[in-house]
Amino acid sequence: MQRGPLRRLSFVDLYLWGVRISVLAVVLWGSFGTFQADCPSALTLCDFKSKYAADVWLDFIVFGLSQGSVYALIALGYTMVYGILRMINFAHGEIFMSGAYTAYYVAAALGRSGFLNRNPLVSLAVVLVVGMAISTAIALILERVAYRPLRRAPRLVPLISAIGASFFLQYTFRGFFGSGFQAYPEWQIFKGEWAIGGVGILRTQAVVITASVLLMMALYIFVMRTKTGTAMRAVSEDLEVAALMGINVDRVIVVTFGIGAAAAGAAGVLYALVFKQVHFFMGFNPGIKAFTAAVLGGIGNIPGAMVGGLFLGLFESVGPILFLEGLRVPGIYPTGIPAPYQLKDVIAFTMLVMVLIFRPSGILGERLATKKA
Amino acid sequence: MRYVKLPVAVIVAVLLASGSYFVVPVPAATVGPVTDPIGVVKVNKGQPITIAYWLVIAGPDASLGIDSRRGIEIAIDDKKKVAGFSVKLIGEDSGCNAEGGVTAATKLAANKAIVAAIGSSCSSEARPGAPILWKAGIVTVSPSNTAPVLTAADRGPDYGGYLRTAHNDSVQGKVAAEFAFKVLKVKKAATIHDGSPYAEGLANVFGDVFTRLAGAGAITAREAISPTDTDMRPVLTKIAATKPDLLYFPIFTAAGGFVVRQAKEVAGLANVKLMSADGTFSPDFRKAAGDAVVGVYNSSPDLTKLGPGYAKFLEKHQKKYGEKPLSAFHPHAYDAALVIFAAIEKVGKKDAQGNLYIGRQALRDALFATKNFKGLTGTLTCNQFGDCADPKIAVYVTVSADPAKWNPGTDPKQIYP
Repeated sequence: MQRGPLRRLSFVDLYLWGVRISVLAVVLWGSFGTFQADCPSALTLCDFKSKYAADVWLDFIVFGLSQGSVYALIALGYTMVYGILRMINFAHGEIFMSGAYTAYYVAAALGRSGFLNRNPLVSLAVVLVVGMAISTAIALILERVAYRPLRRAPRLVPLISAIGASFFLQYTFRGFFGSGFQAYPEWQIFKGEWAIGGVGILRTQAVVITASVLLMMALYIFVMRTKTGTAMRAVSEDLEVAALMGINVDRVIVVTFGIGAAAAGAAGVLYALVFKQVHFFMGFNPGIKAFTAAVLGGIGNIPGAMVGGLFLGLFESVGPILFLEGLRVPGIYPTGIPAPYQLKDVIAFTMLVMVLIFRPSGILGERLATKKA
Repeated sequence: MRYVKLPVAVIVAVLLASGSYFVVPVPAATVGPVTDPIGVVKVNKGQPITIAYWLVIAGPDASLGIDSRRGIEIAIDDKKKVAGFSVKLIGEDSGCNAEGGVTAATKLAANKAIVAAIGSSCSSEARPGAPILWKAGIVTVSPSNTAPVLTAADRGPDYGGYLRTAHNDSVQGKVAAEFAFKVLKVKKAATIHDGSPYAEGLANVFGDVFTRLAGAGAITAREAISPTDTDMRPVLTKIAATKPDLLYFPIFTAAGGFVVRQAKEVAGLANVKLMSADGTFSPDFRKAAGDAVVGVYNSSPDLTKLGPGYAKFLEKHQKKYGEKPLSAFHPHAYDAALVIFAAIEKVGKKDAQGNLYIGRQALRDALFATKNFKGLTGTLTCNQFGDCADPKIAVYVTVSADPAKWNPGTDPKQIYP
């Protein structure tokens, strides 16, 4: 005898629905409040007006896209390795850092000799190539030393190995290069803004967004159209059957690590181009955010990583302004939450939880068959 | 059996959580000729007196702690012998955050040979760290903590062993606000802090004094970031929409560097004056901020009015370390060391064999009773809450962006008072 639909609801279902509704209510109420600027009280309906002009909102969106494209590049590495090996490579944030940090020395040398500002695009290309090469080298060594011997081990063991590798890389760089930070030289042609469609966009951010989009397109074409890319997709679907089909699984894994690391190295150099400071611990935070972005977009799914990264960047940048600042709580915060950007990480991770609660496999993820999980 | 496991697990979890703060308090003791309610340190004849530091000597704020440590080392060189004993300096890195402060303080608290400690560098470390040291009976004198909350009247008995030779930020915020209003003649300002006790306290004092001077609504935005943030552009864009004339960001080197660089890129902040405080008063700040640092103001201890003893200190510093001091708190660290030495000489007792005995409570009381002590930074008198400083705050402006040209007083140039 089938129980009625109401009897099938368990306590957990009710709780999850409660969380979904309350977070959605907070977001909607906060967004509503942001567009009720100059309203005397939270309980009256005023004209729709925001404290910020339209071009300020556009600025926030561009900041979010720029940050998000860096996260997207790093997230690609996480998602590809997970797709093939079902393992989260926690050392990926340090691979990002190693590319940026080592490329600093090349950039500093170019800056001192003046070559940097005489041929800015050539020197940017040189720095990018060096960063990507070092990241790839370190990732390949890591794969050989820390992950390949553990391929048959239970799933948790390579994870612990990855965490250990992450610490090892951080403190090796600290030992070699010191605990202080280094500052990248300035590219003079990237100072200032470009007017695109009548809106001013910072040059460094435009470069970051363009370069990331180009790299992501190149990677997507590689994975979808080339023989090695097809082999990667085959191995990620089923490792043993792919080996039976004659694919050299070891080589495919090495290529995967290499490509993910090259993307992370490029992301490192682009990040350093925007923020200028590199230090041994800089990979930790972007690494965690990029992992979050990969999960947000659907782990194992390459377009998912790109989408997740962009979304996360946008949440971080636009989120506090959009709904935290207007979150009026009568009595405690009558004009909205003060200093909302302190809570930007809270928003980013809460949005992650929200997306996962509504769609557990991520935005673009497919529900994995139980055999794969 | 299953039903027993949950309460047991809860009890174990609670014990583990509270155990992390469970430092064994020192019992009353009588050792040699000294009786003391919280313990006695015995230094054998021929052994050195152990003084410990817990300062930030690694990471982006390393210049702050290294500068203080050098002040202590020069003080030890100058004093040579305390009560006939030489002095040994040991120490820990405290990282300029609460976790580092707890780690450093816990490590030092376990060392029973330490007579007194000098530290910490950052107020965020002292908040959890000073009670840990005092629980073990170790008194600590800070050369650069400036947060008002650490010497407030309601600070509690946990901080009974905490003093400082650095100024209280209620003085620094006032000087900064007066400079902004009277000299720069700005009517509207915005503040950014990073959530640490120092930055938040100083931003609040600045805000209160500036509002008092310029009228209600003079602070157009009070924003906050976290110290590890790199992208300040959203916060700066938000502040730009409120159209301030001055941006006061009393934060540390890493975040401060990002703020300065990115403030120049944000439309609307191009003509806003930038002002920071003693957390960014170091050559590393120029490295972090690049060319945009020229013209940034800093409020900081006044190093140009310290008298002839300071000139001699600078000579010794140049000879010993080959460069100019890296921050503004070396004279405070020098004074902290001298104050401790004077207190040790006052309360230390020797027995017939020549061993030295120092009672911890007596040492603490002697430190708090310091009156009219002539140090490098002025005349120090400790009040009952641990504020010993003779505060002199100045405002400096950065002349060049080259870290190699760092020379406090000349570049950055002292312009007020």
